Amino acid sequence: MTAATLETAAATPARRIPMGRAIVYGVVLAIGLVLATAPFLFPDVRSQEVAARICIFIVLVASYDLLIGYTGIVSFAHTMFFGLGAYATAIALKTMGPGFDAILLGGALGVLAALVLAILIGLLSLRVKAIFFAMVTLAAASVMLVLASQLSDFTGGEDGITYDIPRFFAPANKLFEDADGKVVRLFGVALNGRLALYYFVFVTALVLFVLMLRIVRSPLGTVLEAIRENEMRAEAIGYRVVAYRTAIFCIAAVIAAIAGILRAVWLKYTGPEVALSFAIMIDILLMVVIGGMGTIVGAVIGVVIMTLAQFYLKDLMEVAAHATADVPLLPDLLNPERWLLWLGVLFILLVYFFPAGIAGTLIGKGGHK
Amino acid sequence: MSTPSLRTENLTIRFGGHAAVNGVTCAFVPGELTVIVGPNGAGKTTWFNLVSGQLRPTEGRIFKADRDITGLAPSARAKAGIGRAFQLTNLFPKLSVRENVRLAVQARRGVGPRILRAAASFGDIAEEAQAYLERARLDTVAELPASALPHGDQRKLEVALLMAMQPDIYMFDEPTAGMSVDEAPVILDLIATIKEDRSKTILLVEHKMDVVRALADRIVVLHNGELIADGGPSAVMAMPLVREIYLGVGAEDVA
Repeated sequence: MTAATLETAAATPARRIPMGRAIVYGVVLAIGLVLATAPFLFPDVRSQEVAARICIFIVLVASYDLLIGYTGIVSFAHTMFFGLGAYATAIALKTMGPGFDAILLGGALGVLAALVLAILIGLLSLRVKAIFFAMVTLAAASVMLVLASQLSDFTGGEDGITYDIPRFFAPANKLFEDADGKVVRLFGVALNGRLALYYFVFVTALVLFVLMLRIVRSPLGTVLEAIRENEMRAEAIGYRVVAYRTAIFCIAAVIAAIAGILRAVWLKYTGPEVALSFAIMIDILLMVVIGGMGTIVGAVIGVVIMTLAQFYLKDLMEVAAHATADVPLLPDLLNPERWLLWLGVLFILLVYFFPAGIAGTLIGKGGHK
Repeated sequence: MSTPSLRTENLTIRFGGHAAVNGVTCAFVPGELTVIVGPNGAGKTTWFNLVSGQLRPTEGRIFKADRDITGLAPSARAKAGIGRAFQLTNLFPKLSVRENVRLAVQARRGVGPRILRAAASFGDIAEEAQAYLERARLDTVAELPASALPHGDQRKLEVALLMAMQPDIYMFDEPTAGMSVDEAPVILDLIATIKEDRSKTILLVEHKMDVVRALADRIVVLHNGELIADGGPSAVMAMPLVREIYLGVGAEDVA
């Protein structure tokens, strides 16, 4: 992320970096630093769960932004690719036992399956109108969901699969031992396998995220935007629109599948609810809209806001309900059971004040006007 | 005469029963600027769309030099050297003026698939884009989104995109439409510059008679989708049929 900020600065040497852009990159950088040090800042289990989920979803949402934000492709199959990566890894870990070879083989097969499916869907249907393409992806995703629940011998059906991951990632694994054979602690945090697992997730997510930033800043990124803006003219100046669309659809599918691998390894459980359901697809859509379509960095902001709201809004409301216990009506409104209502209000306010998403609106205001 | 750089053979397209372009056979040679005239609905833009690939003909064939390009997609025709500017402004509205031109330069040079290098680091492409921006006098507004430009500047950008493609065959569809009197010469100068390079074939749909007189080596007249006259400007303009259908209908355009 630092490299990307510097690159933007280098690309526009004559101009000052506009205010809005500076704020967005500053916030994203701050989030990146918090995620990089999360196990030390928030050592409790639940916070690490949130941090890992944020890392994985940033990759998932940013890869979706390549499609919907940059190229204007509306797909409902993104969780399908995510699920392929997760399920392939899960099944390999279950059948081959908890080893890195299982993660590698299962992950590779999942990514390959995602790639093949993306090529097929892309070539068969990216020529047709956007709405038909969206329907095809919806159908494919539905089929995958039915398959996952029906082939319960492999997938565990609705219950999903639980499995062990390599012992290296277990909390009992001491990365460093002191003279007494106890695990070494840094700032009071045990340097154990759990920490290694978090950094496995974080570093992989960071590499993928930087990769996507590079992609959108490359000549290809501009071509994708050109296709979104004016498909017919992009074709007329010499770009094969179908080929470019298929290519980015495949790239996004592969990245989503890798995010699925991370999810499977982190959770030690894979089921429809956590890796394949349409509820996840809707989360992705909300996150990309809140963050700002066509920005990539918006994914970071959208994911953080949504995830924090999903995990902590109830707690916050609990506190608020207690604090206002003597006031009429308010405690009822702030009852934690009504957290979805407030999430809805939050979403409406965000869309109202940031019509192009948070990053999109801030960058747009600072940039062109 | 040298060998034709572009040739259409019995080119026909029917929408339902209506033949918008009907059996047009003609050939164009390098170094020649041909103005295509005809009243509204004569099939000029449709014929352009057939040549540049936006429409597929019902009958007939299109040749670029000796190569049959009838079945090629528009992107493949662009790569084969057929460049087209559009009548209605047809740009990438949210991208900057510079990015619009850069896209055309990079399409020709084929760097599209190099996905891990920053676009800004392709210095030669940036320089070339800058050169076209300066030629079209758009360098001062290069960082604005294309949609923020006034109409006249959008027309110039349309032409700049075409020039950046460096085609063998330039197709301009009313390049000065809706431009003010003092803006139009910029575009006409650009076309004149291209004409000086005698290796290019230029096709121009234009209504303004002063433009036609100043630039045309040859005039092709389309009427109801058919080619009804083809020849030197003075000969064609003198034809009674042309005077009647073209000058009659388009009299308000005669400057």
